[in-house]
Parts: sequence; C-alpha cells; structure tokens
Amino acid sequence: MIVAREPIQRPPDARLLAIDAKGVITHWLRRDLAALLRRGDLVVANDAATLPASLAGLHAESGKPIEVRLAQRASLERDDVHEFSAVVFGEGDYRTPTELRPAPPALAIGDRLQLGPLRATVRRLLGHPRFIAMRFEGSAHAIWRGIAHHGRPIQYAHMRPALALWDVWTPVAGAPAAFEPPSAGFALDWHLLADLRRRGVAFTTITHAAGISSTGDSALDARLPLDEPYVIPRVTADAIAKARRRKGRIVAIGTTVVRALEAAATADGRVRAGAGVATLRIDSHTRLRVVDAILSGTHEPGTSHYALLGAFLSPEWLERGNRELEAHGYRTHEFGDSVLIERSVRWPGSTSFDRACREPTHDRALREEEQYERG
Amino acid sequence: MNGDRQHDIDLAGLRIAITGGTSGLGLALVREWNARGASVAFVARTPERVEQLARELRGVTGIVGDVANKLDIHPIALQILGALGGLDVLVNNASSLGPVPLALLADTECEAIEDALATNLLGPFRLTKALLGALRASAAEHRGGAVLNISSDAAITPYPGWGAYGASKAALHHLSAIWNAELEDEGIIVSSLDPGDMDTPLHALAVPDADRSTLRHPEVSARELTQAIVGALGERMRVRQADVR
Repeated sequence: MIVAREPIQRPPDARLLAIDAKGVITHWLRRDLAALLRRGDLVVANDAATLPASLAGLHAESGKPIEVRLAQRASLERDDVHEFSAVVFGEGDYRTPTELRPAPPALAIGDRLQLGPLRATVRRLLGHPRFIAMRFEGSAHAIWRGIAHHGRPIQYAHMRPALALWDVWTPVAGAPAAFEPPSAGFALDWHLLADLRRRGVAFTTITHAAGISSTGDSALDARLPLDEPYVIPRVTADAIAKARRRKGRIVAIGTTVVRALEAAATADGRVRAGAGVATLRIDSHTRLRVVDAILSGTHEPGTSHYALLGAFLSPEWLERGNRELEAHGYRTHEFGDSVLIERSVRWPGSTSFDRACREPTHDRALREEEQYERG
Repeated sequence: MNGDRQHDIDLAGLRIAITGGTSGLGLALVREWNARGASVAFVARTPERVEQLARELRGVTGIVGDVANKLDIHPIALQILGALGGLDVLVNNASSLGPVPLALLADTECEAIEDALATNLLGPFRLTKALLGALRASAAEHRGGAVLNISSDAAITPYPGWGAYGASKAALHHLSAIWNAELEDEGIIVSSLDPGDMDTPLHALAVPDADRSTLRHPEVSARELTQAIVGALGERMRVRQADVR
C-alpha cells in the first residue's frame, strides 16, 4: 500500500473499502460512509483527545538526551497524571525510524529525568531496557501545564512534517486520554454527524486511552496493546441497548472502540457503563459480543490492529481484502484510507442469535420499537 | 430579577472555563462561579495575575495563554480539559478594544484591527472549535454544552470611534448565531450576550472620563450572566444536580 505522508485528516479523495457480512467487497469514497449505514444503526466513536505524549529531555545521571513517549496510565481520572509507563529512546527524534533509534542510556530505579519543565523519576523497570514506570513531580495542574507546553504528538518517520496537536485531535476530541490519535475518528466531521442523524443513524462516544502503536522493538511490540483505561458513559450504554433492541448494528469507529466495548460487554451483549481497563487481546479467537462492524485504517499484517480485524471475518476473507487494498493503491497509516468491515455471518465471532435473520426483520423491529416508544 | 432565586443557584459539578479571567467581568464571573461550587478554569495572559488569583481562590485552575495567539489555543484547551476532566460551559470573555485611545476607523492602523479580530473573533472561534468535542459529549450526557460569547451593544450600534471593537464584536455575534443554528441538533447552545456598560478596566481604557457612578458593577452583570447560563441549560442543570447529589 501507499504510505500517507501528509497530516490531512479528511482528504476529499479518501477511500473506503467495505467488506459486508457475506464477504462482498465494494469500493467507496470515505465521505459517503453514511450511505453504507442503515436506519437504526449506532455509530460509536472514541472521543479521546490526544496528549502531546512525546517529551524530549535529559537523563540526569548520564546527562544524555532521551525521548520519553508516555504510553499508559492507570485511569482516566483527571488528577491521575503522576504515574505513567513510558517507552524511552536515546537521542534523536521521530525523523529516525523507530527501529533504528538508539537505545536510551541504561536506566535504573531512582534515576531522574528532566523533560523540559517537567521532572520525573524512574520508579520501576518493566522487563525491557526501553520500558519504564515513571513518576512526575508537582501538582496535577503543573503536570498538565508541562505536558501542554513541552510535549509533542508522538509520530513516526513516515510522516514528514512535525505534527501539531490540532493535526491529531479528531473533530469530536474531548477528554485528553489518548497517547496516539484514535485515527479512525479522523473520518468524522460535523457534516457527517448531521448526515447520520438525517438517515436515522445514531451516534455516541466512549473515551478510551488509545496507546502507542509501535516501539521499534519486536519484543516490546509483542506486548502491545498495553492495558488501556476507558470510560463508557451511561448514555452510551443505553444507546447500545436501544440499538440492539431495534436490531441495529453497532458500528465501532476504530479498534479502540472495539476494545472498550468488548471489555465492558456482558455475556448477553449489554455493555456496562462506567470506568474500566481493557486488558483483552482481540483476534480471530475472540467472540465479539457487542460490535457488528468496524471502521478502521488499513493495517499491515503482523500488527495488533490487523489481528483485531480477524475477530470480524475469516483469515481468508481478510487476506482477500488486503490484496484488494494493494491492487487498488489504497493509502495506509494513520492519515490513510479506511476499511469498513462487517462481522461475517459465517465466522465464529457471530453471536448466538441468528445474525443472518437480522436483516429481513430489521424494519419490522424498528417499527415495533418506535411504537413502543410512542406508546 | 428575583434575589432569592439567585441565591439558590448551585453550580456544584458544573465544569466551566472562561477567558480573560483576571479582570473586570471575567474576574467577577470566576469569583461568582467559585462561590457557587462550580469547577472553574480561567485563562489570562499575565502569569503573575493568573498565579495570584489561582492562589487566592483555592480549587480554581489558572491557565496562562493568549487566545489571540493561534499557537496558544491547544495548550489552553488541553489544560482546561485536563484540569476539569471535560467541559460543560465555555465563556469567551477576553476582549480587545483595538486602538487605545479609541480611533476613527480611517485613523485605525490595519494591524490594530487585525489584533481586535484576533482576540474578539478568531480566538473565540479557535478555542470553541478545539473544545467542541468535549462540549458535544457534555450535551450528550445531559450535563451542559453551552458557549457564551461576551458581546457588546457596539456589535449592533455603529458608535463612531468603536470601529475595530464594534466590527469584531458584530462578527462574533453573527458567528454565535450561525454556530448555534448549526449545533442545535447536537444539543450545544452558542449565544452572545451584552453585559451592559460596566465599571471595568476595559471601559476605563475606552472612556477614561466616564462617570463611574453611571456604570454597572461587574458583579451585578456576573450574577445576571450566571442566571442566563443556568436558564439556557435549563433541564440539564437539574439532571446534573441530581447526579451530583
């Protein structure tokens, strides 16, 4: 695939490859996304704003330059900003491909890190020379201020211009929780939200701490995605229950939404409202309980994102989709084109009730629901 | 206005941010909301004054930044959302008079009208845009979702000498009206309000020889604006308070 190298969230020619529940592949312009959705469907996006999580500075003990990439915190509580786990690189910046970045100086518990106006201490080593638990000094407000002024968005060598925060905040970005952008949400704009509403497609959000996508080290990459905290508002849990009663599809905008909703799912496909931590890995062995379809970027085989798509359809169909992306010159990476994959009717991820029967009964169920609500 | 009803306003749990929070109306609003239990973040340009007010009012978050500077907007937005965990109400209050002393338009430097537009129009536009996702989530959760832009009668009436200020406030007024219409279905309210001629540093700059006894106290306007916010949020205030308690 072609690498998207410019930070344009919604290029007018952005494309969308759709794979429906029967494995039929079609090609679209992404701005026509709403036309692929049905009345009664529910679109769920991750409204996390992205932190400028790359902090350049010095390892005080050695005096050597480092880049700290914040990767994880325990919760999304607004004052819970002292403790992070982080990936640390030696000198240089994003313009050097991650896999070629020098290792940081040897890090030990108690080492001090000077990151612009921020001061931090290494608290634990997390089983890899690049991966640490660290603690910032100062008040929560001082830490937010320091991150806001000193941090840069995490980025990779394929993206040439230095990213600004406005490049990586999706139009619906709210609470600052993500370490890298929940980039499937770049497809959303306010015009699309209005279009969905006109078509009777509902829209709602969760907040999920989308983590880093690559560390440049295969042993560390194998530990991705890390455990990620999320919050599901009560109104979102209610909207999911309502959409399911109406036999509408739950359409996740991005892998982080799948991760949060499936983490919060009960056995019967409801979703628990509130704060939680997504620890599960989703792949071809996962039986999805909530999500029916996913809008996602185009991902390379071997990544955790690609593995997650395997929960929606068979490896053969996924590979067929991938070949189609290659053949048609789709763009990849966070500012690239998109895929919309509906959970296959013949893949074990299908839930116990007969999904093949859903479509014909869809309109009747919708009518009944509306009568119920009016009544 | 009914004094008893004002006294009853309880803003506990309301997350509210304001620009231009260290003087005049903005300062009065920060004090008013803090006293009524809201979670407040304020923005202003002068670090010493921000620090002083944040020290005085414990629990209030002070953020240093200039809304006229494009590069300050996202650091401001990030700090507001970090400190408050989200946002229910944004008040764009920071204002620039344009040329001081006031000048006829034909005597106004191009740079002076650009500065007025940067503070009075582009700043509120950029900051609101950066915070719109948080306001959408607030509206969806029935907590809030309101933007209040501080306007002026100079936005409507063409007072000679007030060209840069009046034109920029007129643009802000119209921006508010259009945005309000566009965001109605999202449940987000955008309005612009004229707080009246107040005894503030901005007014003293504009009309140095004004008879201050004829001017309103900013505290009075602050109470009225708070009432207006509560009125605009209507049912949402009751839902939120039921949640808090």
